Amino acid sequence: MSFRSAPLTVPVPSEVKAGLFDATIRAAIDAHVARYPAEWKQSAVMPALTLVQDWNGGWLSRELMDDVARYLDMPAIAVYEVATFYNMYDLEPTAKNKVCVCNSISCMLNGSEELIAHVEHKYGLKPGQTSADGRFTFKEVECLGACRHAPAVLVGRTYHEGLTPEALDKLIKGLG
Amino acid sequence: MTDKVTIDIDGRACAAHPGEMVIAVADREGIPIPRFCYHKKLSIAANCRMCLVEVEQNGRPFPKPVPACSTPVCAGLKVLTRSPKALEAQKGTMEFLLINHPLDCPICDQGGECELQDVAMGYGRDVSRYIEGKRVVQDENLGALIATDMTRCIHCTRCVRFGAEIAGVRELGATGRGEHVRIGTFVEHAMAHELSGNIIDLCPVGALTSKPYRFQARAWELSQFEGLAPHDGLGSNLHLHVRRNQVMRVHPRDNEAINETWISDRDRFSYEGLYSEDRLLSPLVKKEGAWQAIGWSDALQLAATQLKAAGSQLGALISPAATLEEMFLAQKLVRGLGSADIETRLRQQDFRGDATDPLLPWLGLAIADVEKQGAILLVGSDIRAEIPLLAHRIRKAAMDSQASVTIINPYGLALTFPAEQFTGTPTANLGDLAAIAKALGAKGGPGSVKDLIAHATPSDRHQASAQALLRAESGVVLLGALAAAHPDYALLKALASVVAKAAKLELGFLPAAANATGAALAGALPLVEPGARAAATPGAALDAMLAEARKAYLLWNVEPGHDLIDPTLAGKALAQADFVLACVSHRGDSVEAVADLMLPIAAFAETSGTLVNAELTWQAFRGVVPPPGEARPGWKILRVLGNLLNLEGFDQDSSLQVADEVRALCEGVSPSNALRGHVKAKPAPQADLWRLGNVPLYRLDALVRRAPALQRVPGAGCFSVHLHPDQATALGLVAGDAVTISQGEASARSKVALSEAVPLGCARIPAAVAGSETLGVQIGPVVVTKA
Repeated sequence: MSFRSAPLTVPVPSEVKAGLFDATIRAAIDAHVARYPAEWKQSAVMPALTLVQDWNGGWLSRELMDDVARYLDMPAIAVYEVATFYNMYDLEPTAKNKVCVCNSISCMLNGSEELIAHVEHKYGLKPGQTSADGRFTFKEVECLGACRHAPAVLVGRTYHEGLTPEALDKLIKGLG
Repeated sequence: MTDKVTIDIDGRACAAHPGEMVIAVADREGIPIPRFCYHKKLSIAANCRMCLVEVEQNGRPFPKPVPACSTPVCAGLKVLTRSPKALEAQKGTMEFLLINHPLDCPICDQGGECELQDVAMGYGRDVSRYIEGKRVVQDENLGALIATDMTRCIHCTRCVRFGAEIAGVRELGATGRGEHVRIGTFVEHAMAHELSGNIIDLCPVGALTSKPYRFQARAWELSQFEGLAPHDGLGSNLHLHVRRNQVMRVHPRDNEAINETWISDRDRFSYEGLYSEDRLLSPLVKKEGAWQAIGWSDALQLAATQLKAAGSQLGALISPAATLEEMFLAQKLVRGLGSADIETRLRQQDFRGDATDPLLPWLGLAIADVEKQGAILLVGSDIRAEIPLLAHRIRKAAMDSQASVTIINPYGLALTFPAEQFTGTPTANLGDLAAIAKALGAKGGPGSVKDLIAHATPSDRHQASAQALLRAESGVVLLGALAAAHPDYALLKALASVVAKAAKLELGFLPAAANATGAALAGALPLVEPGARAAATPGAALDAMLAEARKAYLLWNVEPGHDLIDPTLAGKALAQADFVLACVSHRGDSVEAVADLMLPIAAFAETSGTLVNAELTWQAFRGVVPPPGEARPGWKILRVLGNLLNLEGFDQDSSLQVADEVRALCEGVSPSNALRGHVKAKPAPQADLWRLGNVPLYRLDALVRRAPALQRVPGAGCFSVHLHPDQATALGLVAGDAVTISQGEASARSKVALSEAVPLGCARIPAAVAGSETLGVQIGPVVVTKA
């Protein structure tokens, strides 16, 4: 969505910002902010959310999203929009491992629905739920950009491609 | 870029500017193209895809239909809006849009005036092929004004863009993805923006509708009439929707020069006040402390006798929202009886500038030109509460043309645009303005202004603001309602005039209400006669009129407890009078307490008349519903009173004739905001603690105070003592403490609320709210103690 005037900012005093997250995270976000024009600080919202999510143990609370908004002088709703749009952000606590099955067109045609049904039956999980033993959270996600070897599954930061239900089982079994 | 090109739309040659969007050209030419997300005042989203058209350039067709809203025109463009290909694309889009739209038109408030219904009728299929389940979306709670049915939302995002671009507050957003997208606030909170109601008009479906109007009427039962907003000094143009002689709702009427396509929530929802239970329905006379019904002829006879008896000892307090006709006849009546004490500046305490004031103070420039200014200095104005749509124009100046906005106000304002704010006690406000004058190198003429400037010590911020004012090619210094209520208004005006002159800016006055600017044209001021001429026999201003009680008073739609700068002083003066004639639309405790005779007058939408707005545009309006009960149009009551008193010039047959009379008197009047001399007044003494009595957005006048939905908006009428946390500590108070407020003999009880926006040395205690009736002057010394 494009807004006519420059991005709507909600300026927050720097002393408030100095108390957000921790120094390492702030420095890492600042490094991303520095890549964009000064008035387009909010362009760094995605890396900022990723950094904060990792720092928080894999998920974003509403308070943390508000803090990101404050840190980047953005309206809070603009951060919610980004965080709810992308699948890599989790708004509820998750297990350490996230098993993300792509369900966009190429993967769907190549059997991702089968993978999803398999996980649902074998582990009794619906997308978004965490396994009973707490080892992994099962997610159904939008295109991972790995259409060439569909169906693709993202575990942590690793892509696994051309998976069958058996291969996926093996993958899940190997999770720490 | 000024070169025009000619494009072809459906075989018609249309002139267009290169870069303009196809849909804008088609709209100008009256060629219909369906759309949902496009709105001429908002940025282009091109996300609904309804406006797909077939296009070819210089004989080369575009490979697929393109959205007319985001296709810029260029030479040789040929557009087909109704070709088989275009129609097929539109039909396809329509089918997709209807997939998740509930077919609940029979219970939808938008039914009958729904863009989706209309476009589906014109461009859709007649039978749905969709048999799968539909999406359901939880409703949002957006507060007292806007009802939601989010399942109906088609994600055009007009409301989201309105928030970001017009309101300047992003409350709504599109969260989620794909099928899970929903428009909402994500975190529940009521919308409190003063223009929020416009999203009701923007919403093309029934997702956002008016809460007060919900389930009240059907669009096809309503008759539409033109009207004018009766509150702020803009005179926003309205459409009044009437069913069976009742105003059911209010919509904006486009007028680029005044309100563009918007209206404020106050103008939109105040109509509810017409139907409040305390409308005065028939003349009432007070006999031994009790109200008794009295016939119109007896009532008028009684009024005439008493007014005649008072003669030159008559004082008239006229609402600055009264029509030009009412003001004109009222002053004629008062002057005819030998008095000249007629006042419409009801929230002003300092009249020391009267002799040097401009005779016809106005905005100083056209409303539409405010957004073109390079620098704006706003003195004493809570602009978003005072004139919401002028705040929008200032926002446009600040955002779109990077105008520098400087604000000198007793308390900090929450704004939607960048501004340099100087906040401080009323004394500090004078100092800040003097410092800017000094930074501009101005000395000021003889009198105390010179001393003020000489003693000022401009800080870097003052210097920076002064430089911004100097740099601007065009700019304006505007004095608002809090400046008018300032104990040293005369000095503020003089300083503002010095600043304006030194920086070559316009000087402007924000009118207190819908017809405050017209008051000078009607002669409803003690020193000004009709046609904005200096009065031959000047009368007494409000302060003198209340300090020394008159024999009789005429109250014209004024509630003494709410509409006067010092309700306690006013109450005392009115109580001492032999006779108080209150011509009012609503009863109300403070009117009933002092009045001896109440005559019911027609309110907004029930009478005809003229309002002159801030930029001196005369706008006439007609009555569209009959007044309730025995209420009569105000000008008729005054006319008959004039006849009964055997006064000359009271034989008009219509309000039009009255308006013509005023117009003739105003022939050749040229407005000027230049002061006519030097002010000698000395500044008011410092106070330990100042009361800052602002009038909240929805407490401006009797009508809006009685609009239930507006009163439910958070903070609408809340009476509390707002203190800076440090100030509270110094006074030994914490948030929530019960306190006694004393202003001389006047006092009230309230609670403490903490706010960093209030400066040290001040307590923001609103005026015109329930509880403030027993207090004193709006801005003046106050003592706050723990109760």
